[in-house]
Amino acid sequence: MINIQDLHFRYPNSEFQLSIPEFTVAPGERVAVVGPSGSGKTSLLNLLAGILIPSSGAIEVGKANVKELNDASRRDFRIRNIGFVFQDFELLDYLTIQDNILHPYRISSMLKLSNEVRQRTLDLAEQMGISKHLKKHPGELSQGEKQRAAICRALLPNPSLILADEATGNLDPTNKTRILDLLFESVAEHDATLVAVTHDHELLPRFDRVVDFQDFQSGGAS
Amino acid sequence: MIDSLYLAWQYIRFNKFKTLILVASITLIAILPLALQVLLTESERQLLNRAESTPLLVGAKGSALDLAMNSLYFDDEVPELMTMDAAERIYDTNLALPIPLYVRFQARGLPIVGTSFDYFEFRKLTLAQGQPLTMLGDCVLGAKAAAKLGIGPGDKLVSSPENLFDLAGVYPLKMKVAGVLAANHTADDLAIFVDIKTAWVIQGLGHGHEDVTRTRDSTVILKRTDGNVTANAKLFHYTEITEDNLDGFHFHGDTSIYPVSAVIAVPYDGKSGTLLRGRYLESEDAQQIIQPAEVIDGLLQNIFRIRNVLDSVIALVGLATLLAIFLVFSLSLRLRQREIQTIFKLGCRKAMVGRMMLAEIAIILLASGVLCAAALGVVDANAEELVRRLFVG
Repeated sequence: MINIQDLHFRYPNSEFQLSIPEFTVAPGERVAVVGPSGSGKTSLLNLLAGILIPSSGAIEVGKANVKELNDASRRDFRIRNIGFVFQDFELLDYLTIQDNILHPYRISSMLKLSNEVRQRTLDLAEQMGISKHLKKHPGELSQGEKQRAAICRALLPNPSLILADEATGNLDPTNKTRILDLLFESVAEHDATLVAVTHDHELLPRFDRVVDFQDFQSGGAS
Repeated sequence: MIDSLYLAWQYIRFNKFKTLILVASITLIAILPLALQVLLTESERQLLNRAESTPLLVGAKGSALDLAMNSLYFDDEVPELMTMDAAERIYDTNLALPIPLYVRFQARGLPIVGTSFDYFEFRKLTLAQGQPLTMLGDCVLGAKAAAKLGIGPGDKLVSSPENLFDLAGVYPLKMKVAGVLAANHTADDLAIFVDIKTAWVIQGLGHGHEDVTRTRDSTVILKRTDGNVTANAKLFHYTEITEDNLDGFHFHGDTSIYPVSAVIAVPYDGKSGTLLRGRYLESEDAQQIIQPAEVIDGLLQNIFRIRNVLDSVIALVGLATLLAIFLVFSLSLRLRQREIQTIFKLGCRKAMVGRMMLAEIAIILLASGVLCAAALGVVDANAEELVRRLFVG
């Protein structure tokens, strides 16, 4: 599913640089990425999503060579194949929770908004325990509720790769287990791959594999 | 495009106050020159129609514009007055029909127009209700005047005193409304028509009081001689003309020297008009004859000159507002960088973000356009009235 070879990345005007000699993830595999702050975990997710472009090396996700795609194709590839749960949710204030979850369908022609999708939104919200908040705006929700809405948005298009950046970081222990269960269920149901950055070592045994970023050569702040 | 519009609409709804300010600014900038255009076009129509339908106007020498504005649109700026024999002078030439006008007094803020029966025929005014002027003290109301005052045939209307502080002044006259005219969409609609003699009664030149030869109240009589009785101020003056006291009303002296503000001269043919104009060319003549169309055309030239200046001012203000709106959008884009980055991270193409921004601008412009059209509709529907209030009278 994921194959990174001899990847080098550096932010413009920054000392930080990330070097990954090799990183592979098999289809359907659930990988946890751990490491100290600033080690480049979030940068790795952004590189996998094609949000950041490596300065050298190869990065393949599925059949796509992310580095070789042009800007428009990379965006199309991302919205069609990747569900990204951002560390700070990144919900839009002016949209209701329902519209936030459906947002990917409204900003790209790659996804078609149908009644079935709308129904799935309701089902997902029900599973996440936020169905009563669908008509509210993010400003009216708690951090944990916002996080669950952000996860719904990532899961709705049934992506083949789910990238989760501290997806359970804002949740209480009960919700943490519930959300992780849901993530794993979704992964299993759609034969998807999960790469999750986490600081929560209690969760690590549930993943198929744990990658420690201290093994990679990086420096500076991400 | 539907999704862009949907998202743009959600953004606008969420930021309604910012949007309202933007829409209001754009609407105001658009409506000002457009409304001005509508009002000026209507004012031009009203002024020219009325002026062109009035061939010649005779008045005392002085401001031709005051004479035209007072005689045609019943403006409250009274021109220099002349005497009634000005009408007789025209009549004697056998060149034109004279129609005297005495536009000086008001009742409840509306002009009282003293004139003769010929005026109604000349202006093609027809009655919608009631009777024409039949008796001294009667008045006929223009259609809008009747609606505005909320009165009709049989009701009473009291003239307003010229000067509230003149204790020795004449009493206001209570007039009987004889009829209401059909609307003709000119200044006549907002006027109160009386016979010119009634206008003189309002001024106090004609009056009615109890018969001093028959009064039994000796305290009223100052002096009684053969054929002459002198009364004091205790003598009762009538403030309303009725059939019972009509005989008690009279005019002292020769009415040919009573005042009029203008005389409309309706030449019997083109040649007569030219000849009549020639009669007023003498520089010593105390009267002037004007062609209202020429005077009003001069006024319109000035209005349009002012309008050009106004247009420039509006253009500058509009430019400043557009720059401010551009600044608002630019700042808004900067403030929305995080949101735009989120949309990009989700996989949105740059073109889509552009479409969303365009959709927002389109909705704001559309809302401004709708508001502007509605406001213009209101201005257009009331243009006649607005022009009369703002420009004409």
